[in-house]
Amino acid sequence: MKLAIASGKGGTGKTTIATNLALTLDDKGMEVQLLDCDVEEPNCHIFLKPKIESTAPVTVLIPKVIEEKCTGCGVCAEVCEYSAIAVIKGKVLIFPELCHGCGACKLFCPENAFIEVPREVGIIEEGKASGISFTHGFLNIGELMSPAVIDEVKKAAGDKEIVILDSPPGTSCPVIAAVKDADFVLLVTEPTPFGLNDLELAVGMARELKLPFAVAINRSDVGNEDVKEYCRREKIEIVLEIPNDRRIAEAYSRGEMVIHALPEYQKTFETCWEKIIDLHQNMMQAEQQEKTATES
Amino acid sequence: MKEIVVISGKGGTGKTSIVAAFAALAGKKVLADCDVDAADLHLVLNPRIEHREDFSGGKKSKVLEDKCIACNRCIEECRFDAIHYPVLGNGKTADTPWINPIFCEGCGVCVRVCPADAISFEPAVNGEWYTSSTNYGPMIHARLGMAEGNSGKLVTQIRQKARDIAGRDDIDYIIIDGSPGIGCPVIASITGADLVLVVTEPTLSGQHDLLRVAQLTSHFRIPTIVCVNKWDLNPDLTEQIEGEAKEHGVKPAGRIRYDNAITEAQIMKTSVVEYTGGAVSGDIKAVWQNVLYALG
Repeated sequence: MKLAIASGKGGTGKTTIATNLALTLDDKGMEVQLLDCDVEEPNCHIFLKPKIESTAPVTVLIPKVIEEKCTGCGVCAEVCEYSAIAVIKGKVLIFPELCHGCGACKLFCPENAFIEVPREVGIIEEGKASGISFTHGFLNIGELMSPAVIDEVKKAAGDKEIVILDSPPGTSCPVIAAVKDADFVLLVTEPTPFGLNDLELAVGMARELKLPFAVAINRSDVGNEDVKEYCRREKIEIVLEIPNDRRIAEAYSRGEMVIHALPEYQKTFETCWEKIIDLHQNMMQAEQQEKTATES
Repeated sequence: MKEIVVISGKGGTGKTSIVAAFAALAGKKVLADCDVDAADLHLVLNPRIEHREDFSGGKKSKVLEDKCIACNRCIEECRFDAIHYPVLGNGKTADTPWINPIFCEGCGVCVRVCPADAISFEPAVNGEWYTSSTNYGPMIHARLGMAEGNSGKLVTQIRQKARDIAGRDDIDYIIIDGSPGIGCPVIASITGADLVLVVTEPTLSGQHDLLRVAQLTSHFRIPTIVCVNKWDLNPDLTEQIEGEAKEHGVKPAGRIRYDNAITEAQIMKTSVVEYTGGAVSGDIKAVWQNVLYALG
């Protein structure tokens, strides 16, 4: 089971849920892997304090011109859709931050004057936190292409029974890179107008990607009832509610796990997991029945 | 004309609520919501849309089934794994490949390698952006389509439009609501700005993320100040964060206390400073004064 924890709005509690859920399941003796896919601002390590065992650079391939072969014809600049190449006075200039690594310049160069060289855009670190296999990544400062680092974090996914992915906030490229192949997505929100607006965007994204999902409401007793009404109307299950408990905020502020500071919440996370598993199984069954119906 | 960008690194620290308050406090200004992934400022400022325009983040490829000879050249050269033979409703595989618009990066390689001229390449509409009027002044905002990328390009367009209006109407300030993180949309929203205000919170996550943002703004050489929201949740950490920020050349811009009035104002669709004359509004006014001072 690969579960992605996502949200449109930032700061709703993705990391709190990802880490506490992971540790709750680990404590129950399950095999758990946690992948922190928020490579711009990774935070899971602050709470799980993993022992890092290995570090590796993340590289992307960028083009490099072999000067002797280049005739300055300008085809590379013409075929680059990202304006990552300019040819000025017969000389090729490459802007590596803008390169998406599509390979067009190399492929269409009539002189075969390009090679591709690796360029570091971030790092990934792997380790252990309690029994949890842990991986996170850091995008280098000033780099644009966080999906490259996210993809690398995700390659660490092994054959553990449970893989939990902590996604970055938002609904665009980095989030899609994180959640696209998940079995189930948990969308975290809070019961405020901003929370609701961004939940609607996140639901739109999950539906667009055809991913099964449910909602978690954090600080569930602040704000108003609009998020719950929206979920009722859209027939979206709410599998977790965490109250606005100042003790949680304080534990969070110190980098402590909720289930350590307030063990009574362990049960909350266990129940949430059971609900997700049930929902996922029901959805799979419904899908199977639909398939059988179409085939016959 | 001065451009002020409010960002946070970590999400959910109160950027949008603070920008809304600045909207009520500043003199002549243009407001720009550059958190295009999860735009929320319109929920408070209630813009009246006067002009809308399609946003195209780039081109998208599409297979023309009647021309396709199923040679698979496109599949071989696509580096984004975006082209497959889809399985149809009847369980059979399609005769021609399909380009998944979510994974297509618009590089055009498939278009150029296709020997049958069977792939179209048209600008995709990825969202809309708006020029609006509000009770506080003109506002530029946008809505990015579901699961769309290229938010950096949209941010750049929004900023350009805000500058055009500010120049035309002789407006003093452009106040920009940015997005969380340190990647593509954040970089697009801060490059060349006059001042960045980072809104953080006194948590270990907030502290960790602030340092990454401070490195980013220093990388792009943008003057940066920081305010700590909900500072009284952890006064010691607030002190520590302000100290560390100073070491990175980021001066403190004030502290905002924890007050539920911020959430209440959001629900009432108004800015905090208009909602209450209480102490929290005084805190935000002091931050705005510090912004003006930092602008010189």
